Amino acid sequence: MPRLVAVLTAAVLVMAMLVVTLRHQGRQLFTQHESLQKERDALNVVWGKLLLEEGTWSEHRRVENLARARLGMAIPDSDQVVVVDLREGAHP
Amino acid sequence: MSHSGRSMRHPVRYWLVLSGLWAILGLLGVRATYLQVVASDYLQRQGDARYLRTVTDNAHRGMILDRNGSPLAISTPVQSVWADPPAFMRARQRWPALARVLGLQQRDLARQVRKYADREFMYLKRHVTPDVAARARALKIPGVFLQREYRRYYPTGAVSGHVIGFTDIDDRGQQGLELAYEVMLRSTPGKKRVLRDLYGNIIETVESVSLATPGKDLVVSLDRRIQYLVYRELGAAMEEYNARAATAIVMDTHTGEVLAMVNLPGFNPNNRSKLTSAAFRNRAVTDVFEPGSTLKPFTVAAALESGQLTPESLIDTAPGRIRVGTKFIRDLRNYGELSVAQVIEKSSNVGAAKIALSMSKEQIWGMLRRAGFGETTGSRLPGESAGLLNPPSQWVSIDQASVSFGYGISVTSLQLARAYAVLANDGVLVPITMLRRDAPVRGVKVMTRRTAQQIRNMLELAVSRRGTGAAAQLLHYSVAGKTGTVHKLISGDYAKDRYVASFAGMAPASNPRLVMVVTVDEPEARRHFGGQTAAPVFSRVMAGALRLLNIAPDIPQQGLRWAAPTTSAPPA
Repeated sequence: MPRLVAVLTAAVLVMAMLVVTLRHQGRQLFTQHESLQKERDALNVVWGKLLLEEGTWSEHRRVENLARARLGMAIPDSDQVVVVDLREGAHP
Repeated sequence: MSHSGRSMRHPVRYWLVLSGLWAILGLLGVRATYLQVVASDYLQRQGDARYLRTVTDNAHRGMILDRNGSPLAISTPVQSVWADPPAFMRARQRWPALARVLGLQQRDLARQVRKYADREFMYLKRHVTPDVAARARALKIPGVFLQREYRRYYPTGAVSGHVIGFTDIDDRGQQGLELAYEVMLRSTPGKKRVLRDLYGNIIETVESVSLATPGKDLVVSLDRRIQYLVYRELGAAMEEYNARAATAIVMDTHTGEVLAMVNLPGFNPNNRSKLTSAAFRNRAVTDVFEPGSTLKPFTVAAALESGQLTPESLIDTAPGRIRVGTKFIRDLRNYGELSVAQVIEKSSNVGAAKIALSMSKEQIWGMLRRAGFGETTGSRLPGESAGLLNPPSQWVSIDQASVSFGYGISVTSLQLARAYAVLANDGVLVPITMLRRDAPVRGVKVMTRRTAQQIRNMLELAVSRRGTGAAAQLLHYSVAGKTGTVHKLISGDYAKDRYVASFAGMAPASNPRLVMVVTVDEPEARRHFGGQTAAPVFSRVMAGALRLLNIAPDIPQQGLRWAAPTTSAPPA
């Protein structure tokens, strides 16, 4: 009987310690999770801004105007086009 | 024993003090039990309410990407300024400063706060710029907080406004694909419990109640480059012909994917404060029109399928008109005797009517029905119309004749594109999709390969130099297609001088990869024929689209150079 009491007491103590440790760990992980989430959010914000920026710069109308006006580019005439045929045996 | 001796000297006082102490202890015990057991829940709640608070944690809506991964709709984080009214009320002297930063009238602000005085939450201003949000935060007014929300941004703007649609301020889809795929795109906001101090400032997050899950990205079938090309060319045509509206669709014939869908006049989904809902209608799927001559190939297909006629069978269209019932059907001029193929090439109404009248109503109706007219395409775009195809039991002979050249039947541009894809696809109807298709899909065989090929050959004649659609021709690529010009039906009567001009076609005709339908609504008089207004748009868009998609020329003209791929480096 006393032995059982001793074992159970020890078990209760161990459990108690475990509860404390796990609680602590849980809190730590939660804070870590929170800060990671914050970091992710911040990165998302930056990414969103970059996407917007890219979207604005790469707007087709703008690119087309720049290509034509500033770079003097044009769609090649048909006599300037060379078709490179990658199909097997398609080439004479 | 001094102790007992002393106590016995004042036994009454001793017992009085002792019982008094016990009584106090007992009272404390009773009170403690009451607080801990009986009133515990109530007190816990009250306590929590004073320093715990549940706040929503928003996640972003899924992106909409085109088939190559370029974004068509992005959610960007913005801040919304909100207040906890009771705390905010106590900081009354700070209101003017905040109103200035947020650009609000002080009076309006005061009225709003009074209205929400007994709540825990009210928006002061939604979707402010990061700059304003930072200034509002810097004021450090008790009870004023920022909430992350998401605003939708459409990089392509008006170019794909109708088909993509838009969301409302709460990030819910309202139109277009945003509405059609709302369930997939939308995010689920999470909840988390936070600790706050006396002034309502959030000190620490205690636990997350539910996690915020962002929406899933949607990859649509559109090709941003082709979409822009169509937008540009259609816009140019609309301006040139002073048209009221115009619509164009480009489809991949094999997969049923819609590569571009443009309606004009367009609208910019990023800034739509001054627009009415009519401007948001995706007319390519919601509005119907009588297709006119673009429907003739299906009349002829029905005749070829029935085996009554061959492309070479002759039909006498003299004297350029035919009486059906009490009405006359006319051609532009007397074409005399035409082969079936020439009926398509010259776009003879009399020829088409004669072919139709030689068949049973059910044969024509069956072909139109199988080609997908009179039922929605399953694109899932909101507000899609099924068009109108009356059952043959309601047809009288004039209906049978007029449907053969596309009157008395209403279709959407998308239906017409799908039907032409059947011709392009050797008679297989592939279900239409607005999403990128990664696996091949099974279609339904609705006409024989032979018929589809014969029709394609006729459609090639229709865009030949002698045909009505010559302006649709392309350099280095063969084209098959058909023009259409119909009088507009205005309150039950055909308007004399108002037309819908259209062109439906495919390229390269020898092995069609792309189908395109162009309709121009009310082009300027005298230049109102489909061959004049819609066909040139087809030609310009197709030339660009075929190049963009690396589709090899099938009728290389002189001057086009071919080369074998080289593994060696190009000469410097």
